[in-house]
Amino acid sequence: MSQFDLIVIGSGPGGYVAAIRAAQLGMKTAIVERAELGGICLNWGCIPTKALLRTAEVYRNMQHAKDFGLAADNVRFDAKAVVDRSRKVAGRLSGGIAFLMKKHKITVIAGTARLEKGGVAPKVVVKDKDGKDTSYEAKHVILATGARARAVPQAGLVPDGKRIWAYREAMTPPEWPQSLLVFGSGAIGIEFASFYAALGVKVTVIEMLDRILPVEDEEISAFAKKRFEKEGIVIRVATTAKALKATASGVEAIVEAGGKSETLTASHAIVAVGIQANTENLGLEALGVKLDKGHVVIDGQCRTNVKGLYAIGDVAGAPWLAHKASHEGVICVEAIAGLHPHEMIKERIPGCTYAHPQVASVGLTEAKAKAAGREVRVGRFPFVGNGKAIALGEDQGMVKTVFDAKTGELLGAHMVGAEVTELIQGYVIAMQAEATEETLASTIFPHPTLSEMMHEAVLDAYGRVLHV
Amino acid sequence: MTDILMPALSPTMEEGGLAKWLVKPGDTVSAGQVIAEIETDKATMEVEAVDEGVVEALLVEAGAQGVKVNTPIARLKSESGQAPARAPEKPKVAPNAPPPAQPHVQPAPPPRDAGERIAASPLARRIASQSGIDLSGLKGTGPNGRIVKADVEAAIGKASSQTSMPQNGSRALTVPPPSSTPKTLEQMGIEPGSYDLVPLDMMRKTIARRMTDSFRDIPHFPLTIDLEIDKLLKARGEINARFADQGVKISVNDIIIKACALSLMRVPESNASYSPEGIAMHHHADVAVAVAIDGGLITPIIRHAETKGLATISAEMADLAQRARDRKLKPHEYQGGTFSLSNLGMMGIKSFASILNEPQGMIMSVGAGEKRPVVRNDALAIATVMTVTLTCDHRVVDGAIGSAFLKAFKGFIEDPMAMLL
Repeated sequence: MSQFDLIVIGSGPGGYVAAIRAAQLGMKTAIVERAELGGICLNWGCIPTKALLRTAEVYRNMQHAKDFGLAADNVRFDAKAVVDRSRKVAGRLSGGIAFLMKKHKITVIAGTARLEKGGVAPKVVVKDKDGKDTSYEAKHVILATGARARAVPQAGLVPDGKRIWAYREAMTPPEWPQSLLVFGSGAIGIEFASFYAALGVKVTVIEMLDRILPVEDEEISAFAKKRFEKEGIVIRVATTAKALKATASGVEAIVEAGGKSETLTASHAIVAVGIQANTENLGLEALGVKLDKGHVVIDGQCRTNVKGLYAIGDVAGAPWLAHKASHEGVICVEAIAGLHPHEMIKERIPGCTYAHPQVASVGLTEAKAKAAGREVRVGRFPFVGNGKAIALGEDQGMVKTVFDAKTGELLGAHMVGAEVTELIQGYVIAMQAEATEETLASTIFPHPTLSEMMHEAVLDAYGRVLHV
Repeated sequence: MTDILMPALSPTMEEGGLAKWLVKPGDTVSAGQVIAEIETDKATMEVEAVDEGVVEALLVEAGAQGVKVNTPIARLKSESGQAPARAPEKPKVAPNAPPPAQPHVQPAPPPRDAGERIAASPLARRIASQSGIDLSGLKGTGPNGRIVKADVEAAIGKASSQTSMPQNGSRALTVPPPSSTPKTLEQMGIEPGSYDLVPLDMMRKTIARRMTDSFRDIPHFPLTIDLEIDKLLKARGEINARFADQGVKISVNDIIIKACALSLMRVPESNASYSPEGIAMHHHADVAVAVAIDGGLITPIIRHAETKGLATISAEMADLAQRARDRKLKPHEYQGGTFSLSNLGMMGIKSFASILNEPQGMIMSVGAGEKRPVVRNDALAIATVMTVTLTCDHRVVDGAIGSAFLKAFKGFIEDPMAMLL
């Protein structure tokens, strides 16, 4: 007899959402967490970094108070208080998850889980903080163990927690850096670069590829790069890390660009060169769980190759985004319950980077759409043409749309500038509802808002732009 | 309270008309009492109450068309005023309407009214119109059955795999031409006000849809043959004279039904239906006979006609035809059939070719028997001659098979005694 209908291993945004959905559907559910409820996202990722970046935004505005007719002299910051606020925000949300688990009568099991061969599904053995093992059985087990920062030992990109940081140290710095080398220009690297640069740290971003934010549309990448450089960030693209080590006074890196070697120094370094799925010490090998490039292989309903075992979120592969994990959690649980959840269409998963400026996108970039053989129509609209953007003092940015020229399908939308992370959702809905350019063009956007630019970028793709 | 739902009177019924209410609010009904008549595409059928109770409300007006199956049509208050112990049940169809044992006929996509709104995403609509896909024939997989891009693309894929003859490796996407957003009569030059518009009833819609599908989709061809029927007429006269006291009155058509059934047995390849999975070789000759009725036609079936004597066929036919005209046929009495017969001889038609009645492989069109000059032993003679035309589905009945069937048929008709063997 199973004790539970479902055990979820990991309480990040994938795991806890899966557990709630299961409870809603009447399943007796348990969730295992070895650290804080809410996982990396709430405690060491999405949320605390947003708190830090909010500080950076307010600080930047205070420095520009004069532009708004305000006086704010002697603007300073207290690093400890900045970090404390971010921790408080994380703590509040983690407490919120505890409440949600209780509300839905989900059993929370604290400890580290591993799997063993079981009956209808693998058995879940949880080691508690005293080292004691307890066995649990369920009809279904969902792996939602997430991922962690990837280390690249051959290039010395291995966090040491002191001088060389991963995201965890970067958001709770043991000491305030004078200068930073940030390895990797994905969302995580860029957000930390933006935060520290705003607070006066000399930041250098090192990217192996030829542009930053490599998953974004090339035009957006290029636009963002210029803006970041204007903010004082030094950006080195097409530059490969060869070695990184801590020295008595800081860090020293050897990088290579265009065949030439160079030594860079700083007080600290942040390693943000991708993430690695947490698949170790779970007993997956013994069960014969199929992995591919370090990720658990799943099908459209998040099933692994092992009966009764499912995987969602980062442990099951890219894109490594909280909302993708949550969505997979819901799909997985609904499929278990015998409902017919809609399938996940990866081209409709939006991505956001909360730097200054913000970057947000969904769907295919122009280059990828063309590579897929689509004939495209592209629309663009700059922030300088938008009244609200100018009123906000945020006139730098752009909105870009990519349509299928034949069918009017919105293939992708790409934005850089103020508040675009809040705006992108409009395009995501349009894509999910399969709106065509006609639907978007005939939609009324409120004035004055930044969203008007989304309308204009659609009109521009069809030669009808109004305000340029 | 119990809701009485629109019953499905046949497996393929999607909607029906509420022809007539036989009760009114306030009436007390008992289980089994007929409370309404439902008009399906072919017949009018009775709906019985399952529970006893008082009619609280009629939710659908008499005369309403296109009432979807399982829509509540009336509400019963149980006599005690309390909810009946058991859950509301679908009203049963009259007990003598058993589920028709059909060979699984591919259910056509539910017919939709021209004006009915189809839930489809804007992108799905766009792609469908560009590709000539008729959305009304698609099943949506989006929220609440909404047709989404993937559904249209799947339909395009199917259409192309069904119809394309890959040529020179280039885009072999041949889809049927846009199945007409029909032009209005006005656009076609008919003056507004110069006509009366009769609404399409269920039967008319069904005829329109089935005949269009059949004529467009089935590669059909006619085979025509002349038959001398003097012997047949003589035999008929003798039988009727001899058994008149038993109420026997055999028609020429009854004899043709019997001859068709025997011919189908003699040439089994002709008693067949095409399906994508294979050719269905029918075990029995179920002869569907077209009967003109008010507002259209219907084809009741003489089942296992090869096993029945003329008197039986004649009696069954008379009963079916009468109930067809009264629109009282049960679905199993007109759905299915392995072969069809249409006789316009009594209307003076000399010869015609009918449209196939899917999924049957053949339909026979019978013209008038009339005296014609014939050449016999190189001399002119007079004979009563009847022309019949067999329309064949070439996917299953080739010319030789159709001809073999007609040869057997001619043998039976011109020498009726052979039918006794």
